[in-house]
Amino acid sequence: MKAMSRSIQSTVPAAEASGARSFARTTRLLMAPAVIFLLIWMLVPLLMTIYYSFQQYNLMMPMYNGFAGVGNYAILLSDPTFWKALANTLIIVLASLVVTVCLGLALALLFNRTFVGRGVARTLAVAPFFVMPVVTGLIWKNMLFHPVYGLFAWIARQFGLEPTDWLAHYPMLSVIIMITWEWTPFALLVLLTGLQSLPEDQLEAAKLDGANAWQEFKHIVVPHLGQVLYVVVMLESIFFLTSFAEIYTTTSGGPGTATTNLPYYIFQTVFQQYDIGIASSAAIGAVVLANVFAIMLIRYIAGNLNAGAAR
Amino acid sequence: MNSSRFANTAFGVLAWIVALLIFFPILWLLLTAFKTEQQAFTVTPTFWFTPTIESFKTALAQGSGYWHYAWNSALTAVASTVIGLALAVPAAYAMAFYPNKRTDFLLVWMVSTKFIPAVGVLIPIFLVYKTVGLLDHALGLTLLFTAMNLPIIVWMVYSYFRDIPKDIVEAADIDGASIMQTLFKVVLPLALPGLASTGLLALILAWNESFWSITMTDHRAATLAVYIASFKSAEGLFWAKMSAASVLAIAPIIVLGWFTQRQMVRGLTFGAVK
Repeated sequence: MKAMSRSIQSTVPAAEASGARSFARTTRLLMAPAVIFLLIWMLVPLLMTIYYSFQQYNLMMPMYNGFAGVGNYAILLSDPTFWKALANTLIIVLASLVVTVCLGLALALLFNRTFVGRGVARTLAVAPFFVMPVVTGLIWKNMLFHPVYGLFAWIARQFGLEPTDWLAHYPMLSVIIMITWEWTPFALLVLLTGLQSLPEDQLEAAKLDGANAWQEFKHIVVPHLGQVLYVVVMLESIFFLTSFAEIYTTTSGGPGTATTNLPYYIFQTVFQQYDIGIASSAAIGAVVLANVFAIMLIRYIAGNLNAGAAR
Repeated sequence: MNSSRFANTAFGVLAWIVALLIFFPILWLLLTAFKTEQQAFTVTPTFWFTPTIESFKTALAQGSGYWHYAWNSALTAVASTVIGLALAVPAAYAMAFYPNKRTDFLLVWMVSTKFIPAVGVLIPIFLVYKTVGLLDHALGLTLLFTAMNLPIIVWMVYSYFRDIPKDIVEAADIDGASIMQTLFKVVLPLALPGLASTGLLALILAWNESFWSITMTDHRAATLAVYIASFKSAEGLFWAKMSAASVLAIAPIIVLGWFTQRQMVRGLTFGAVK
């Protein structure tokens, strides 16, 4: 109606308005496929997981299927394995975070210096990040950790020590070592890139003002790297929360439940116990946990977006 | 002056030692791949030996199935990357050059789906796949890889588009080019290097993926990750063969990774670190 009355007054704004509308329609059409794809592949399944989490649903016992209320959650919360898996997940995330970030920062500072063959050395040091996690698991399990034929066992024997069965006696430490080996290179790579974008003139100015290396590090390097560190921490937590291949190929969550994290616990509940209901409620637990970390990162990205808009 | 040069040398040596230590497991895998099975599986490790490509021959031999898995890996990685780019480019284009009040929300929402852990959607996808016959099917896996990488692809393409001066696009609009003409004739040629590195990143992530491959495929659509994971219970029987297969699976990705380090950083940190 409004458009019509306007078009009576003057044809030009109407043409513009309809042009803008078709414009909006085109941009909406351009965005639709990606949005719809993500709706179907991520949001709809997520809603279905929530639905299943309130259902009694075991693939092996179809006759007992039905609404379970909060029954699955009650069973889950009274299952010590779930709590163990939750604790293991947090241990893996926190320990790997601390080690990769500290080591990564130290290495980034080291590799930021000029020395002979720096490019080659840096290239070698970042390589583990590109290794398929499945391969990482097998290298460490078979060729390094193996209590008889592994390299570590041989090294221990050279020093007259009893070889250690790493995966049996220090399973969690072993898993963390493997994850750390893969992800320290990532931290190194990102932090080094961050360091190299450090404004030279600020460092010069600090030197002229008589700042020593520690003051320079504390007052210029750390604030500049703050943003980069934040991204590394958030991204790594997202990936560490979903660690799977390293555990699947080495300890299979064991011995016992020593290295069962949430993804592995859910994997077992679905594919070994066929319990869709319980697994779904555990999956919702994993989603909630991931959200705690994700919300922080999304806030950061949104902040970045606004900063970009102001630019 | 002398002491600072000494410090520089010392730090350089330290950096090299650290780099070699970090790289050592990969080197050890590479060495094992060139050993015989007897040399690979010994209590006292063999450091000096005559390299043999026997294990590579066994790993690639007919009946090992290596090519079957490699084909599945390549097919799903390439197809998911192509579909991902085809979905992401129009969306990122609209958001970068024709933003409206919903753009920020949509962009953040798309990126946020990356942070739904795979296990959060695993169960319904598994059940639906089982019903519609996408289980152990290359298409099923491809679409999962697409969904997994789409948020990163959208964000990366968006950030590359944002680097293109808006004036160029506005000039094309004023010249009467349609939205699609502007995309194909102006924006895409300018963003080509960015699109290429986005594609490489998506390729690497899909190739290395293991959770979806292990849960959603069995044999027919199984990828190299599934094949190599199947060596997990081979107690020392095929270490040389396993190493050769692993080397073949990781070598192309490590090389690609070395060439795209900077773009990887940019993509994985959502453009925060360039």
